[in-house]
Amino acid sequence: MAHKLLQMKDICKRFGPTVALDRVSLDVTAGEVLALIGENGAGKSTLLKVLSGAHRADSGHITIQGATYRPRGPLDARNAGIAMIYQELNLAPDLSVEDNLLLGQSGTGSGMLFRKQQRDKVIETLQTVGLGSLNPTAIVGEQSVATQQLIEVSRALVSNAKIILFDEPTSSLPQKDVAQLFEIISRLKKSKIGIVYISHFLEEVRNVADSYSVLRDGQAVGEGRISEISDSEIISLMVGRDVKDLYPQIPHTPGATRLKVNGVRGYHSQQKATFEVRAGEIFGLAGLVGSGRTELVRTLFGLDHLVEGSIELDGRIVTGSVKKRMNAGLGMLSEDRKREGLAQELPIIENATMGSLRRYVNRLLLNLRERDGSASALIRKVEVKAHSGYQNVSELSGGNQQKVAIARILHQDAKVLIMDEPTKGIDVGTKAEIYRMMGELAADGKTVIFVSSYLPELLSVCDRIGVMARGNLREIREAEDWTEDSIMAVATSSER
Amino acid sequence: MLNKQLWKLGPLIALIVIVGLFWAADHTWGQGQFLSLRNFRVITNSAALIAVPAFGMTIIIISGGIDLSAGTALTLCGTTLALMLKHAPNATVDAAAASSGVDFSLWVAFALLLMTATGATCGFVNGALISGTKVVPFIVTLGTMTIYLGIGQILSGESTVYAPKENIPDWLSLCYTGRIAENYLIPPLNLFGFEVGFKIPSSVYITLILAVTAGILMRYTVFGRNVFALGSSESTARLCGINAPLTIMSVYTLAGFFVAIGGLLYFADVKNGNPSDGTGKELEIIAAVVLGGGSLSGGRGSIVGTMIGALIITVIRNGCGLLSIPNTYTLIIIGCIIIIAVVVDQLRHGSPEWFFRLISRRRNTNW
Repeated sequence: MAHKLLQMKDICKRFGPTVALDRVSLDVTAGEVLALIGENGAGKSTLLKVLSGAHRADSGHITIQGATYRPRGPLDARNAGIAMIYQELNLAPDLSVEDNLLLGQSGTGSGMLFRKQQRDKVIETLQTVGLGSLNPTAIVGEQSVATQQLIEVSRALVSNAKIILFDEPTSSLPQKDVAQLFEIISRLKKSKIGIVYISHFLEEVRNVADSYSVLRDGQAVGEGRISEISDSEIISLMVGRDVKDLYPQIPHTPGATRLKVNGVRGYHSQQKATFEVRAGEIFGLAGLVGSGRTELVRTLFGLDHLVEGSIELDGRIVTGSVKKRMNAGLGMLSEDRKREGLAQELPIIENATMGSLRRYVNRLLLNLRERDGSASALIRKVEVKAHSGYQNVSELSGGNQQKVAIARILHQDAKVLIMDEPTKGIDVGTKAEIYRMMGELAADGKTVIFVSSYLPELLSVCDRIGVMARGNLREIREAEDWTEDSIMAVATSSER
Repeated sequence: MLNKQLWKLGPLIALIVIVGLFWAADHTWGQGQFLSLRNFRVITNSAALIAVPAFGMTIIIISGGIDLSAGTALTLCGTTLALMLKHAPNATVDAAAASSGVDFSLWVAFALLLMTATGATCGFVNGALISGTKVVPFIVTLGTMTIYLGIGQILSGESTVYAPKENIPDWLSLCYTGRIAENYLIPPLNLFGFEVGFKIPSSVYITLILAVTAGILMRYTVFGRNVFALGSSESTARLCGINAPLTIMSVYTLAGFFVAIGGLLYFADVKNGNPSDGTGKELEIIAAVVLGGGSLSGGRGSIVGTMIGALIITVIRNGCGLLSIPNTYTLIIIGCIIIIAVVVDQLRHGSPEWFFRLISRRRNTNW
């Protein structure tokens, strides 16, 4: 019997008292795509780091084509033919495509590069990944995210990778580029490369993978052919219980008009937008990445300068600084949780109360005990899992971080909550909790504006959905009048 | 959790270790003066000179900035004060000036006000340039550093400004006379005829009052928490509706106020004003903040830590002096301590990675 391309057997890894990986075994076959599925913190990234040599496994062994593989660092991984494509791209943005592909390639041993000889290989590889028309001397930083990702794939090919690991590759890609990426992956399969594909999106996994392996709490809890398992079975493997209600329905009835947006155009927007949202309503904003949704909501919140139009909240015109808009009742959750949404190196309490401390001022000074008390209550309410409120946000998982960010707009007591991609990079269990919170907020008479690229959640959670394309708010309908297909049709239409 | 609390005591432990080392060295090779009351006064006196402007620097560094102009702005303030006192209408010196009818103490009050305004203006200019032009603080204050030096030299006519002894009010000269305890502005506590505790220099009182004020400001006011938020992540602060430009300008202006008080202590120390004295002082000030646990990437730092940092620097310099170690070697020792402090500080935040690899590798081989 031929050896498996990659075999990981009984891999264990602990960090202090935490067991990150508990006897995890994994097989990758040449010419197949293995989907690695699991919630955040299930051990996927630790497994990747063991494979890339960033962490050493405490026990267990790895073989590549039958040969023992014990990496001490990224260089070992590379020499063994393992390439990683991370969520955050690892390219030198100021260098040319060619330079990036040849980075770290041993040229001749004398430290010299022979560009002419290698140019052919570069062009050939670029063609393999469908970038035949790209000039090898083009600067990487000027290319689109999708192209950069493909450049990274071709870099893996240049270094003769046998196994390519994709870590959430589509999270930052527009829909049409996803299709392109999938086509490249199927091409890679044909040339007998083994692929590990990590993703939260079950539809994608079903689309691209041949087999699957589910991790939960550091253990491999299920594996098999992807065609032999249903989505709900995968989800219950991931969360360890039956998620009957991925989309919990909290009954709420929209009331009077709360927010009127009249022909608003921001500094970074291309077109004017007009819409109204009622109290007790969840309004969805769909569209491709780059369709102007984020620019629109940032303009509403005052982070982008308002060029024309007006915003009315409960009959009053809202203008001015972010602070003024917060006082008027607007609250916003940033799509960039890591850099903008939260101050990573500050404690949870500090983050949850940031910007609205004035209510704790007593004779010029802050009453910290009062602040910590009400912040802790809030943190318990949104069920953040942490040792204490004084823990730094950076030590929390993605889902818990997002809950802290939500706790902040709750603390601020906003009437209109703008949530930009609130479920991005978050595990299924926490997603369901966030949907439930949105429903409860609406039931409480608040207004939620829900921006998302993930259509199933919009269709299940929202009352109405507006679709944006090319900076234009094209069409608004009741959620039940939309389907995924009709949304995509509007989102990708090119009419002006 | 306990571990975390213990780490916070890092600078204090370092100070105790350094004091212990110098005490042992002084006991063995020196004249046993290191742990005397007199030397205690000398050390705390000199530490005050660094600590006061370093409080302002701490606030700036917490906000994610840096101020390279602190040194020259400080001597500019000192020079302003010296010039004002030189031209003060004092009857014992200048009969003509006395007849002009301007009251001497009023003039001194005006001189102090002008000095404070100078410091605050220097800080405000820094803050306004930083938030207005969006140029990084390092570059902006690198520029203003030489600008303030230049202005100082124009004012002083490129030389040292001496104020006549008679024109320096008693309280001012006494607020910095390190070793002679009897001359202190604030007399030692006297309870029922018994002297309680020991005599503490007035400069130390000034420093302690400013430290408490700054500490409360940073911990118990909205402004203070906003500064932490801003230094930790500027975009998050903006998202939370914090007025970043206004906060930045306030931070630098406030730091300018601390610099001005630093200038006052500097003048009281040397009794003259020389603008070029300030070059290099900013690095000492920054070093005190860093030794006290301040992070140059912002969001972290403490007033108490900075005070300890200033003490560490002065103890080393003073101890080396007592042991007759040449000044050049003292500089090298202080430099090493700063680098060690930052490396140790990085350890508690999980970097550098090589260190942890080393530990884990060793553990692996043991098994």
